[in-house]
Amino acid sequence: MGKLTFSMGGVHPHDSKYARECAIEELPLPQTVYVSMAQHLGAPAKPLVAVGDQVKVGQVIAEPGGFISAFIHSPASGTVKSIAPRKDLAGNPVMHVEIAVEGDEWDPAIDRSPELVTAIPDDKAAILERIKACGVVGLGGATFPTHVKLSPPPGKVAECLIINGAECEPFLTSDYRIMIERPKEIVIGAAIMQKVLGGCPCVIGIEENKPEGIARMHAAVAELGYPGIRVQVLKKRYPQGGEKQLIDAVMHRQVKSGGLPIDVGAVVQNVATSLAVYEAVQKNKPLITNVLTITGDTLPVEKQHNYLFRIGVPLSFIVEQAGGVPETAAKLISGGPMMGKAISNLDATTVKGSSSVLYLSDAATRRKAESNCIRCGKCADACPMGLEPFLLNRLYKAGDLDALEKNAAQDCIECGCCLYSCPANIPLLDHIRQAKGQVMGVIRARAAAAKAAAEAAKAAAETQK
Amino acid sequence: MTQTIIWTVAILSVLGLLLALILFWVARKFKVEEDPRIDEVEKVMPGANCGGCGFAGCRAFADAAVKAPNLDNQYCPVGGDEVMQKVASILGYTVAKKAPQVAVVRCNGSCEARPRINEYDGAQSCRVKAALYSGDTACSYGCLGCGDCVAACQFGALSMDPATGLPIVDEQKCTACGACAKACPKHIIELRAKGPRGMREFVSCVNKDKGPMAKKACASACIGCGLCAKTCQHGAITVTDNVAYIDFNLCKLCRECEAVCPTGAIHGVNFPKELDKDAVKKRIADRKAKAAAAPEEKKEVANG
Repeated sequence: MGKLTFSMGGVHPHDSKYARECAIEELPLPQTVYVSMAQHLGAPAKPLVAVGDQVKVGQVIAEPGGFISAFIHSPASGTVKSIAPRKDLAGNPVMHVEIAVEGDEWDPAIDRSPELVTAIPDDKAAILERIKACGVVGLGGATFPTHVKLSPPPGKVAECLIINGAECEPFLTSDYRIMIERPKEIVIGAAIMQKVLGGCPCVIGIEENKPEGIARMHAAVAELGYPGIRVQVLKKRYPQGGEKQLIDAVMHRQVKSGGLPIDVGAVVQNVATSLAVYEAVQKNKPLITNVLTITGDTLPVEKQHNYLFRIGVPLSFIVEQAGGVPETAAKLISGGPMMGKAISNLDATTVKGSSSVLYLSDAATRRKAESNCIRCGKCADACPMGLEPFLLNRLYKAGDLDALEKNAAQDCIECGCCLYSCPANIPLLDHIRQAKGQVMGVIRARAAAAKAAAEAAKAAAETQK
Repeated sequence: MTQTIIWTVAILSVLGLLLALILFWVARKFKVEEDPRIDEVEKVMPGANCGGCGFAGCRAFADAAVKAPNLDNQYCPVGGDEVMQKVASILGYTVAKKAPQVAVVRCNGSCEARPRINEYDGAQSCRVKAALYSGDTACSYGCLGCGDCVAACQFGALSMDPATGLPIVDEQKCTACGACAKACPKHIIELRAKGPRGMREFVSCVNKDKGPMAKKACASACIGCGLCAKTCQHGAITVTDNVAYIDFNLCKLCRECEAVCPTGAIHGVNFPKELDKDAVKKRIADRKAKAAAAPEEKKEVANG
């Protein structure tokens, strides 16, 4: 089969994966770690420890705060020093558990041996329970709790599991490095999820600019010999790794507006999530480590790194270990340059979804002066969701929420292709993201009102009986 | 020739008469009965159609006022009591007097007090900026300075002060419609009672961080020390979440809180004289000494 890609939109930024040859190094532990209680999509976790408690590496320190939420484990051993709000990388206060690191004592239940465990347990419920208990969340960026995604709602059947190794964001190389260094673990993780979903076929999608990753994954799939797993090479095109785009590329199916991937029979998981699932199920190791890329457009290659870090290490510590912030850096970004967030506060801690620290130069990041829309339509061509960003921008400015909803502002995946392609430098994404938030608010309010009305009608019907 | 003119005039006259009859009939048949008081009420409204009352415009307000059983839930902030009295007299209702209000910006983090630690070059909109991060400074509660409030004001009462980077309210133009308060993503702008001759005291800060953190972020932040609350004789000041708040119904404008505030977060405006902090502090000290002496005297009496 040839190389696949999604059917509409997309842009081709330079891939800039300078750190691709940097092997993963393990980062030492700092003196203090700060574990955020809001590391996943959904409700923040509730702390289970008290100030002064002794904790071990891998011990549960917080429980889910709702259905869509996850367990959080201690990344270090030591004493809980405080449980207080602290600023995250956008400067907003979030509850954190502060742990003073003493030694490195692991929970004895965790298997730390390097041996590969290839036998997959039979009990599906037990696997799901283990994934949930180990706090595994999607590491592709959205940090959606994995156990929720692996439990399709009744009536929906998973027809294909897609393992996302596209890593379409420029600069990022953490997924690429784990595909090279730990391909077998990823394949076993995929086989475990395949089993949970009832043995549907599994496709590992990798972009063509990672030939070594593709070769290693091919070799691992062939060597382990699980049925129904194959590697699919994808064309290099941003946002190939977007969930809906990947489904389009691999399965040639489109998720409807407002729908979920499972509606078309797809479940998408990132390669790093697959690795976390392997570690959780086979090694009983909770999600306390992840790989993070330190890179930048003017950073010399010897200063670029791929670090295996404990989740909760402050960004400032990682930056210091990597040799400090270079003078050429004008902007620091956590995540990729297209969708990542600017770091306004280096004291912030790392979370489960942290995938990189980018040092970008002024020339690469400074926005150019905005001018008028020339109606060239480049944004509409670039939008992978088939939206009309110029129109949404105009409607947002007019405050027309009905029209915004009709034009599907809520379908925006915030990939930034419109902003990237706009020759007039109009902050399209900034405005559409606001519009999306407002429209989502209206939709949610309407759903809540409908639910309340339905319940009231039901109650009235019952009293009449 | 004459014939043509006569015919033309005749045909047009007959046609006009016929159409007039049809129009008359239609107007009769499809007449919408509307309360004439709606027009009367609309006439006395300011006509700004600002939406400050919560209705789509002055006509919608008038319509709702006529249909409502009383005027308790309706108030035109632009017209104020004067207009409400007129509306009430038309409809035969009574309305309680409401103190005139004015928009107050509760952030005094000027460029010197609140050094910038980040630079923002995205879309110049407070809403967009607030969605991205907490702001250019270390204060995550303060004014973002992009002027969403200025854009929201229909009366030209707000403007950005380039020296401080904060919005200023023109009290003459402000109608207290509340559009700016709604537009501010940080909820800094509050509608407060205008006060006698415009005099009022307020805490110009909403920073909920603990003292040291707030102080580090902004030299003129409220650090929640509670000195003002302790000093206040009228119980008008409460400190919640490390930030003080002055209840304008209880405040007697004695300016003692303003004098004792260590960071200058409490502002007094439109007072005829400048605040002599030392004199006020001395007054407070004297009062405290007197209070401390008073129980002792009593004790002596009891002992004696």
